[in-house]
Formats: sequence, structure tokens, C-alpha cells
Amino acid sequence: MTHRTVSDTGQRNEATHPSSAVVHFGAETPLLLEGGGQLAPWSIAYQTYGQLNAERSNAILICHALTGDQHVANVNPVTGKPGWWETMVGPGKPFDTNRFFIICSNVLGSCLGTTGPASINPATERPYALDFPVVTIRDMVNAQARLMDHLGIETIFCVAGGSMGGMQVLEWAASYPHRVFSAMPIATAAKHSAQNIAFHEVGRQAVMADPEWRKGRYLDEGTRPEKGLAVARMAAHITYLSEQALHRKFGRNFQDRMAPTFSFDADFEVESYLRYQGRTFVERFDANSYLFLTRAMDYFDLAKDHGGSLARAFSGSKTRFCVMSFTSDWLFPTRDSRAIVHALNAAGASVSFVEIETDKGHDAFLLELPDLFNTTRGFIDSAARAKGLTVNGVPTP
Amino acid sequence: MTFTTLQDDQYNARVDLHHLAAMVAEGSRVLDVGCGDGTLLRILAERRGADARGIELSQSGVNECVAKGLSVIQGDADSDLVFYPDQSFDYVILSQTLQAMNRPRDVVEHMLRIGRYAIVSFPNFGHWRIRLQLLFSGRMPVTKNLSYSWYETPNIHFCTIDDFTSLCKEIDAKIDDAVALDRFGIPVRTELPRSLWNFFGEQAVFVLSRENR
Repeated sequence: MTHRTVSDTGQRNEATHPSSAVVHFGAETPLLLEGGGQLAPWSIAYQTYGQLNAERSNAILICHALTGDQHVANVNPVTGKPGWWETMVGPGKPFDTNRFFIICSNVLGSCLGTTGPASINPATERPYALDFPVVTIRDMVNAQARLMDHLGIETIFCVAGGSMGGMQVLEWAASYPHRVFSAMPIATAAKHSAQNIAFHEVGRQAVMADPEWRKGRYLDEGTRPEKGLAVARMAAHITYLSEQALHRKFGRNFQDRMAPTFSFDADFEVESYLRYQGRTFVERFDANSYLFLTRAMDYFDLAKDHGGSLARAFSGSKTRFCVMSFTSDWLFPTRDSRAIVHALNAAGASVSFVEIETDKGHDAFLLELPDLFNTTRGFIDSAARAKGLTVNGVPTP
Repeated sequence: MTFTTLQDDQYNARVDLHHLAAMVAEGSRVLDVGCGDGTLLRILAERRGADARGIELSQSGVNECVAKGLSVIQGDADSDLVFYPDQSFDYVILSQTLQAMNRPRDVVEHMLRIGRYAIVSFPNFGHWRIRLQLLFSGRMPVTKNLSYSWYETPNIHFCTIDDFTSLCKEIDAKIDDAVALDRFGIPVRTELPRSLWNFFGEQAVFVLSRENR
């Protein structure tokens, strides 16, 4: 993977010319959308790690979160930083690339090479912007299923992901139960809460209030709603942490000064940190993608799609589930995971559930936590034994 | 909901657990309520070929189980059994945990609803050594197997074998099998009349079902 400098054009290039493998689906193979209508032509960009075995039975699909991407375990072409789950994915890691074929694709509506609002609309030959259809979590999963078809993978050994990635995992298990041998929904929920919808709305309004947004046509007009998107990211970033973590990290410490300046400078470390988070985010993410993806999460309500019963979404499921939550996650609190577990119990499904003690908030699923690693390793290895997966003819330990 | 009465957690030394496992038919679906570190689940899976799942209250117990590849959820038997559908398991096991339940009667009734059989093992508070301790010292009994002082014990609902037998009657549970064990988990002399088990058994194992099924 070549290292690119962080630049305005870097992110835009990734939207239209990604540094990833891409499958193009032509006008004859449209993607039908949940909201009615269809997308054609459309593309899906993805990364893979490890080798697919001869039986095509060792594939693990990793689903990324809201502002994540397909670069799980390689240097990110936009930021130059390590992959977002390099701690979990690699040789000898819990998602062991020596034994498994790991796939991660950019979600539908995002901006790293899969079709989204920054892609060119063939009808106008301009970026879609708000002409892009409002897509859902189910649409994202259907797009991934088409990628699996293309790769010749019928049964996926494990579908795993956190946050919005966890929503995709649940949707996979409900929509394609026969194709999912095991599933790991982490720090997620079967429906987005009112509070979470509220935070997303604040973010969207911040983007749309930026005059540079130009009713979504900023790419045509050569502007960028950087201020609005940065504010959206700052607000969201607070929800990814916990009160304890913020206190431990920053307290009331001043930033490079001994006393307040009696101004609206970033006097406090926490202010400076949030401004930095906002600034770096706008360099790597498309503002319209942020609108569409937050909307997809808002619309997610798996029980509603199954007659109001979450258990019905999983009835008869043979998939082995491992649900994980984190004690200090207030965006997707443990009770959301517990609701999933109760539904799986009611459906008679095989489920493990671990709540991990940490003060690191929602973002804990991205961090190096021994309990997260040990649980993942134990679950994946036992599922591999149950499936009789072998590596070079040797059974899973 | 860890084991509170049996100190030895060595896989092979847990005679009582092997006894429990022997009561389970090969290849059954089993739910172990309060599965601790998962020792019984492992015995059930490895020796009885069971589809064995667990519920455990303590986070460390659950994490240990799942890291070992066992199918276990973090939950509270007092509040979470309600989410399991009727007759979804062949056996529901409550091993040495009955006395720590807030509502032991409700828990046993849920077990009978969820499983075809309920297997309950518990320490017998009617054992002669406990009776003598209370009689002579006039203080709450503390034994090798029940080692907590009264002010810190998680065991809030002790019962005797006779108490449990009468609970079974009250809730219309059929006793399919029962055995009294000594402190090592070995059955007490079976030629003893049942009325004496309450005196000589340090622990008991009951297999229950619903008569009308």
C-alpha cells in the first residue's frame, strides 16, 4: 500500500479511484434498495488479508463502523496511519490471517471507493451529492452479499464488527442466516436509540448549517463544509468516550498555558483535543457520506423489520453468536446488548455474552483490551473446531 | 454465582460434577445455571457429547468460559431465565447455587418450564454436623464446605433435604431421582432409608420433571 500525503484530493481520489480492489457492477446488475429504487452501476471496494482455503470455508467478514473503512490491517492510504483494527487482525492475532481469509469492504454510502454521494452519478456525470438514495444497513449488507457471491464464498465463517459494524453483523445474521456460521456483534444495538438519533441530528445540522455545504453541491462548487463537519465530529467524538476517560485524560488541565486567557481560545486540553479531532476528520471524510451513513444507523430497527419481535429476526438460526459490550459505553450501553442476547435466547440460538469492564467508553472496541482479545480468540477458535476447519490439514487447536 | 461450597476446582477432582454429568443422557441440550468457570460445561461437552450452554453472574467467570470457547452468557438466574422459551433444553442444571438465589422457588419453576428435566444440587443444612454446631455453639454454623460467616455469605436461602422435598410437592414437581452425597461428592450408603439422608447427606442432587408432561 503506497503512503499518500494527507490532502484534500487524497480523500476525493479514494472515493473515485481507491487504493483497494474494486468490484464494478454494471447497469445489468443493479442493487435493489430497501427504500425503493435501485443503484446501477455501482461499485464496492474491499481489502483482503490471508488466504482463502480450497473449501472456501475460512472467510471472516469484518464490518466497519460509521467513519471506518476497509483498511483494517494496512496503512491507511488517506491518513498514513495503521489500520483501524491492526490489534485484532494479523498473523497470530485473534482474527488470525495465518488461518483465516479476512475481508473488509467499504460500506455503501461511504467515501473510500464503494459507491456513495461523492461518487459520480452516471445520469449527470457529476457527484451524486443529495441525489444519492438514502441507503440502509440492510442495503449495505446486501451489497456485501453480492461481493461474497463474486468471491465465490457461500458460507462466511464469521461476520464481526463493532458499532455500526455490529448492526451489519446483526442484519447479516437475520437476512442471510444460512450464510453466517458465526457472528460477533460488538458494542452495538438492534435499534438506534432516540438519544443516538438526536446526536446524529446535531451532527447533520452542523454540516448543513455550514454555508460551504452549498446544499450538498460543495464538490461541484469547489468548497468544503469543513467547519460544520468538524463540529459534527467533535460532538460525536464526545459520545465515543466516557466521562471517566475524559477526566483521566484531560481533567481541567490547561493547554500550553498556566492560567485562563479570558477568551474563547482553546484554553483547556480537552478543547484543543476535540478541535484536533474535528480538524483531522474533515481531511479524511466526505461530509455528505456522513449525512447518509448517520441516517442509515438512525433507520436501523431490526425488530420492526420482523413484526416487532427481535426474537423472530433470529428464529431457527443455527449461527453461533458472541455478543460483547463495554461497561462505560453509554452510546451503545450493555442493556442494548442484553436485549439482543435475550432475543437470541428466546429464539433458541447459541449465544455467548461478555460485558467487558473498562472506562474507555464506546471506542473501547478499537483498543487493545485483553478481555476483548481473549474472548474473540476463544470464540473464534471454538467455532473453528465446531466447523472442523483445518489449516494445512491440521485441525484447529 | 460461583460455586460457594466446593473449594476444589480441579477438573478431575470434581467428583460431584461427574455425578451430575452422569445423570445427563448422551447428546442432550443442557443449560447450566450459575456455571462458574465452566468446569461442568466442559465435562458435559467432552464426556457426554452435550450441547452445553451456561449462564453466569460473575463477569470474570463468563470471560473465562468464553475464552475457553464455551457458550456462556453473563446474566442473573433470578431475572434472566424468563427469556428462555418453554422446553428449549433437555436438562437445566443448578449446581450448588440454589441457596444463593433471591427467589429459589421461582428459579426451580423456570427450570422445569425451560427443560424437560431440572437437576438441582445443594448443600444440606440438615446434616448432623451443622445441627450439632448450632446446638452446642449456639452460633451460625461454619463448616469446611460452608466457610462463610453469616454477615458475608452469599448463601441467603439455605434449606435441608426435607425442605426441598416439600418444595417439590408444593410446586407439583415430580422427583425422578434423588441422591445424597457426602462431602467428597460420593453417594451416602444407599441402603439407608431416605428419612436418614437429611441427617447424613452433606449435599443432595435431585432430578425433577413435570408430572403432567
